[in-house]
Amino acid sequence: MKVTEKSRAFYDVFERKGGPAKQATHYCPGCGHGNIHKMIAEALSDLGVAGRTVLVSPVGCSVFAYYYFDVGNYQAAHGRAPAVATGVKRANPEAIVISYQGDGDLAAIGTAETIHAANRGENISVFFVNNAIYGMTGGQMAPTTLIQQKTTTSPLGRMETVHGNPIRMCELLATLPAPSYIERVAIGEAKHTQKARKAIHKALRNQMEGRGYSFVEILAPCPTGWKMEPPDARAWMLTEMTKVFPLGVFKDEGDVREGQWHRQTAPFDPERVSQYLGASDRQDKAAGEAVKLAADLNCKFAGFGGQGILSLGLFLAQVGMRAGLQVSWIPSYGPEMRGGTANCQVNVSAKRIGTPIVERPNVLVVMNQPSLDAFAGSVVDGGLLIVDTSIVQKAVGHTKARLVKLPATEMADEVGSPRVANVVVLGALCAAVGAFPPALVEQTLREVIKKRNLVDMNLQAFHKGHAWVTEGRGA
Amino acid sequence: MAKKFMKGNDSIIVGALSAGCRAYYGYPITPASEIAHAAALHFPALGGTFIQAESEVAAINMCYGTAGMGIRVMTASSSPGVSLKQEGLSYAAGAELPLVIVNINRGGPGLGNIAPEQSDYFQATKGGGHGSYRLIVLAPNSAQEMCDLTMLAFDLADRYRNPAMVLADGFIGQMMEAVDVPQAKPVPYDHSSWCVRGDEATRRNVVSSIVLDPHHLEAHNLKLRDKYAACARDEVRCEEYRTEDADLIVVAYGIVSRIVYSTVDEARERGLKVGLLRPITLWPFPSARLAELAVGRAKAFLSVELNTGQMVEDVRLAVFGKRPVHFYGRCGGVVPGGDEIVAEYARLLKGGGHESH
Repeated sequence: MKVTEKSRAFYDVFERKGGPAKQATHYCPGCGHGNIHKMIAEALSDLGVAGRTVLVSPVGCSVFAYYYFDVGNYQAAHGRAPAVATGVKRANPEAIVISYQGDGDLAAIGTAETIHAANRGENISVFFVNNAIYGMTGGQMAPTTLIQQKTTTSPLGRMETVHGNPIRMCELLATLPAPSYIERVAIGEAKHTQKARKAIHKALRNQMEGRGYSFVEILAPCPTGWKMEPPDARAWMLTEMTKVFPLGVFKDEGDVREGQWHRQTAPFDPERVSQYLGASDRQDKAAGEAVKLAADLNCKFAGFGGQGILSLGLFLAQVGMRAGLQVSWIPSYGPEMRGGTANCQVNVSAKRIGTPIVERPNVLVVMNQPSLDAFAGSVVDGGLLIVDTSIVQKAVGHTKARLVKLPATEMADEVGSPRVANVVVLGALCAAVGAFPPALVEQTLREVIKKRNLVDMNLQAFHKGHAWVTEGRGA
Repeated sequence: MAKKFMKGNDSIIVGALSAGCRAYYGYPITPASEIAHAAALHFPALGGTFIQAESEVAAINMCYGTAGMGIRVMTASSSPGVSLKQEGLSYAAGAELPLVIVNINRGGPGLGNIAPEQSDYFQATKGGGHGSYRLIVLAPNSAQEMCDLTMLAFDLADRYRNPAMVLADGFIGQMMEAVDVPQAKPVPYDHSSWCVRGDEATRRNVVSSIVLDPHHLEAHNLKLRDKYAACARDEVRCEEYRTEDADLIVVAYGIVSRIVYSTVDEARERGLKVGLLRPITLWPFPSARLAELAVGRAKAFLSVELNTGQMVEDVRLAVFGKRPVHFYGRCGGVVPGGDEIVAEYARLLKGGGHESH
């Protein structure tokens, strides 16, 4: 095809194409793409948006659309143009974004991307060139190939029972609520071309006005793929293809407001991000001196789900962090997850923490019988073993650990709820370890307990557990 | 409060936002979903974009779209999801687009399970998608590094115009530690010479990976090769602990490097002189440093991994037959205890272990 009319959205000379014929397109004689390119370029010029247009070209015959369009160009992977166009449009909603696709790209390998971009109401314009065949790869069957149409992969003709039926994308997409405008046109005779031109215009104007997703399917001939002379191809398209793919408007949401589908994005504002994330001001690092630990704490907390086992570990870790120490917390993960019990592991150390996994705890808290049975033997000699005797009824067997027993769940009930048994245990643990000042724990609990009305109950629970040990009742 | 207590997975989003990442496109998958949860909450709150894509494939291609605009963008997933993203990574590498992808490695192959493994090492460091390309691969081993290395990943992605991956495991993702949240700083890269922003200044640019002419594609590939060579020369990062006098150099990354770190002192108390070399960049791999150690006083090397032997191949290439290189691995989500690793040191140093098992 020779380009004679000049649009400012179309290059005069196709430098990117290379080779000798830099003013001719790479398309075959009688192909529809050249005409459609020209119509799009003219619309971009008419609307004055070529300078802010991004055209995403597909895989297929129009893979080289970027040779021709004097706009910002992307070339996408096969079928992914709507996803790429989404990423472009969301990054710059002011850009006019076109997803230009053929039938294999849009209705076969990229069906999911097509449907979901439409369903999100992406404010883009999709131009779908349907020529019922794969051109670039050598005339194979397309999802839109007609029944009985012969292709290189349906040599006996497409058969419903073998290949399924041609997919009607306009009809399919029209079932979705989000798309604003869906029309099928053709480039055949002058009257068709006129309609196609108008549809392309409308799809772009919709986008400019923030009216959302527009989809224009354009029936186009492929004389090479169909093995026909161009005039015959055009006639076949108008008589046969339109029987399966009727021309017309499938959706035109007149009541879509201007700007309804316009999405805002803000540029990166480092100060706003730092403030939002609570970035540390390097000056305020000089917190007080770290609490001295007699030894690293390698803790395991175990019980039933719902006893606040994971929170108990989190509380201790956050006390440790506020004490200026290194901390790690890890929930039960991997094979240990099985069995319906919850456990977590916490390390508190003045030094860098190696493995966060606690194999041999020097602090073990068990809040149910299975946990005692499973883990009591793992405690190091002289370690601390805290048992909630409200739940663990059987006597603890011989242990070389220092045993602290307390009816944590009953004690929690006394201050208001069995759910704070974990914090009763925290109190006992802090008292038994002797490292963390109660005021520090109080401050931590005030900061980390999200439900403000529960803070007092938790503080009471903490002090009750703490007193139990300092008063020597836990032995 | 100087530090915040957070999960490794959340820390990734803190790092991403601090680095100026403006869009997150992802698909839910355990054990990486918390990253998407945090992104869904925080990106829109800061005027950025979050889309739960229809597929992993769509998510990486949305990244392609935003990255081509010269805007920092990311996605995150776990092993099966990352397999699906390989197409997009190859295209992004071909089109030289900077983007960041996080892989919270789970058990494979196939659906495998949701427990931690390091079985995606090959996929991450050797290609994964088609064509001659590399990913820059960073391997954090703490919640702090989940933030810091995510930031570094954005920086390296921009510097080399190439996708960068943060490769972590479920342990590092689920673990909570204190994180020093860094100050966000403006992005110091100007991409207007190549990106397409939908404006006059970038109107003549093309974001594309197609190079039809064989000679041109060869030239493009050689240019990529040179870029990767520069990256390999300048960007290797690793950390060592007591390697200077070690008889056995243990190579480990991610959660395994934390376990091994804990064993070093203990092993030495038992007369086993071991040291740890932890690659922070898995690609580029610290081959030169390993080669140096291979002609030093180290008698042998041991790669400990959560797989059946992947990184060990790179250790062997670096050591190049100068010393025996052994492998110890657990997989399926089973994580070796310190004791069993120390027993392996003892076997190798005292019992003369086989080349590998």
